[in-house]
Amino acid sequence: MSNTVIRVEHLYKQYKLGVVSTRTISHDLNRWWHKVRNLEDPYLKVSIENDRTKKGSSDYVWALEDINFDVQQGDVLGIVGKNGAGKSTLLKILSKVTNPTKGQIKVKGRIASLLEVGTGFNPELTGKENIYLNGAILGMTKREITSKLDEIIDFSGVERYLDTPVKRYSSGMYVRLAFGVAAHLEPEILIIDEVLAVGDAEFQKKCLGKMKDVSTQGRTVLFVSHNMSAVNSLCTKGILLQHGKVIKTGTATEITDFYQKNAIGLNTSKSWEISSIYENINPLQIKLITKDHQPIEKILVTDEFGVEIIYKVNNSNYKPVPTIRFLGLGDEVAFATVNPTISSTNVAEGIYKSIVWIPANFLNEGHYRIGLSISTLAPLVIHYNDNDCINIEVIDDLNAPTRNEYKGKMQGFVRPLLKWENSKI
Amino acid sequence: MNIEHTDEQWTEIIRPKSSLFDIKLKELWSYRDLVLLFVKRDFVKDYKQTILGPLWFFIQPLIQTLTFFFIFSKVAKIGTGKLPPILFYLSGITIWTYFADCFNKTSTIFISNAAVFGKVYFPRLVTPISIVISSMVKFGIQLLLFILIYTYYLVFEKVDIHLNFTILLFPFYVLIMATLGLGLGIIFSSLTTKYKDLVFLLQFGIQLLMYATPVIYPLANLSPKYKSYLLMNPITPIVEAIRYGLFGDGIFDIWYLAYSLLFSIIILIVGVLLFNKVEKSFMDTI
Repeated sequence: MSNTVIRVEHLYKQYKLGVVSTRTISHDLNRWWHKVRNLEDPYLKVSIENDRTKKGSSDYVWALEDINFDVQQGDVLGIVGKNGAGKSTLLKILSKVTNPTKGQIKVKGRIASLLEVGTGFNPELTGKENIYLNGAILGMTKREITSKLDEIIDFSGVERYLDTPVKRYSSGMYVRLAFGVAAHLEPEILIIDEVLAVGDAEFQKKCLGKMKDVSTQGRTVLFVSHNMSAVNSLCTKGILLQHGKVIKTGTATEITDFYQKNAIGLNTSKSWEISSIYENINPLQIKLITKDHQPIEKILVTDEFGVEIIYKVNNSNYKPVPTIRFLGLGDEVAFATVNPTISSTNVAEGIYKSIVWIPANFLNEGHYRIGLSISTLAPLVIHYNDNDCINIEVIDDLNAPTRNEYKGKMQGFVRPLLKWENSKI
Repeated sequence: MNIEHTDEQWTEIIRPKSSLFDIKLKELWSYRDLVLLFVKRDFVKDYKQTILGPLWFFIQPLIQTLTFFFIFSKVAKIGTGKLPPILFYLSGITIWTYFADCFNKTSTIFISNAAVFGKVYFPRLVTPISIVISSMVKFGIQLLLFILIYTYYLVFEKVDIHLNFTILLFPFYVLIMATLGLGLGIIFSSLTTKYKDLVFLLQFGIQLLMYATPVIYPLANLSPKYKSYLLMNPITPIVEAIRYGLFGDGIFDIWYLAYSLLFSIIILIVGVLLFNKVEKSFMDTI
């Protein structure tokens, strides 16, 4: 017996591109003229894909196009997609900040959004005054706020500064207070938009805890993020948006898997033809595999995986030394690993396979490009070299041992699980 | 879509533009606490970190009155009827300031609150209503100043002024001014989201309007031709009626007042409808 708390039906949102104020009067008049004659709005033409990289033919663009989905009570729904996929627009409509162009959303219960915490905070007012003001803006009555005041103060940990204007607060205190108010709204549906990016570790833990509380109390959370890691570890369900359309709905795991396999620019394998341009050594395939040698679907920080390369040696005079490089999105190299064994002897002509294993708890979360080169070392001959063979996103698990209890963003390309020794002296 | 769900109880349905007359007064009422908190905020934020604090409420009209006294009374020698110029100007300024505040401050609501409106939903009418109320509090304080000076002239200067029973209508006058100021303000704030030129127009428009209102001269001084033009300004009968109630000098006419009332109500209705229409889409146009 599931209980639908949000139902989005054929939702569309159109935006006008370019300079808004020019020609609007003429467009307004044109619209009006069509309306008078009972014709359809001339600017509401469907199906111009919202791809920012391409120059469209229309001044109008669909930020959302025919969105349909249901949210059940108690779901923690991750709404994922790249920047510009329509996540924020969807949230804005849900929180009634802007109107849909067509379609509707049916809602059961109060929605509160943390689109941006601290909305309406006035720097001149004291912490306490702002709690009241912010609470009222978010839809609480004065009485509700008074009854929650102690909890809010306790949660945000700014008791000493309550009668100080918030302009004297550190940014961390400010966010804590703001989040404290929002977190105690007790709405039936809570919308969160990557607020976890701010605040210190202890506070982030509190926030995540609060989110879990909210969902275990049978309330519903919509979590918007382009961070697959957070979605993977926090959400039960997900929807994937791209260019304003829903590409996929399913469980959070299905969504992250799908994103890995299908997201633009991401790939886990590459193949080459046998060709005369590879005179001595011909690369055939590079792919990522699980530790059971299965094709990989998603890469978690906590999983071991292998990079398998298959290549054909045409000329036994060359010792093939495959090298794998992990790069960031720029050209910075995270690390390179050289095959240490195969070149000790010349190898006969034939097809070879090498696998390099990337241990669990070694990479950091984020995007990596994997490059392959096959060389012979003495004298140096580069048979093949490409930095863009594979493009992956490594997904974090917030319970990974390499984090301890830290939930924020980790620095660096790698964050290996290393041996630490602790003792009291 | 599942058909068995059709009879479910949705608490809210988010749709494109709903009907023009869908104003949701009930929802507005449920946000009354927010109105009061906004009033308080408007008050506190203006005078924090000022040495004189709320004393500025007194200083502003006083200085303006003195300025008018020197320029219009001493230099330009514009008469103020039987009344002492200081009292005449102060009454006009106090009344006018309230109307102008309501108009001025509500007319930029969408632009100055874009940051908040862009993130959280609450009935947008809360903002202009709170402005009208906080201006009313300021007006009340300035009225104290006026009463003080009024009493001084009555007791010490023995000026020939006659307080009469029509002053009992004072709350009604204030209400008309609030209605008109709010109505005009939200009309302009709705229009400025699309056509920002209006902001410039408004800045000196309100100032010009003051000269078309008997603030610095009594209506009785004018020739009948100009008088009838000036009476088209719905604020004119109010200012005159208040002066009549306070001093026994001015024009008190039920029909002119009825005209002001009707005008204000129509303006407010137009304003609310327009505001209601704009509030749903302004985030995309501002």
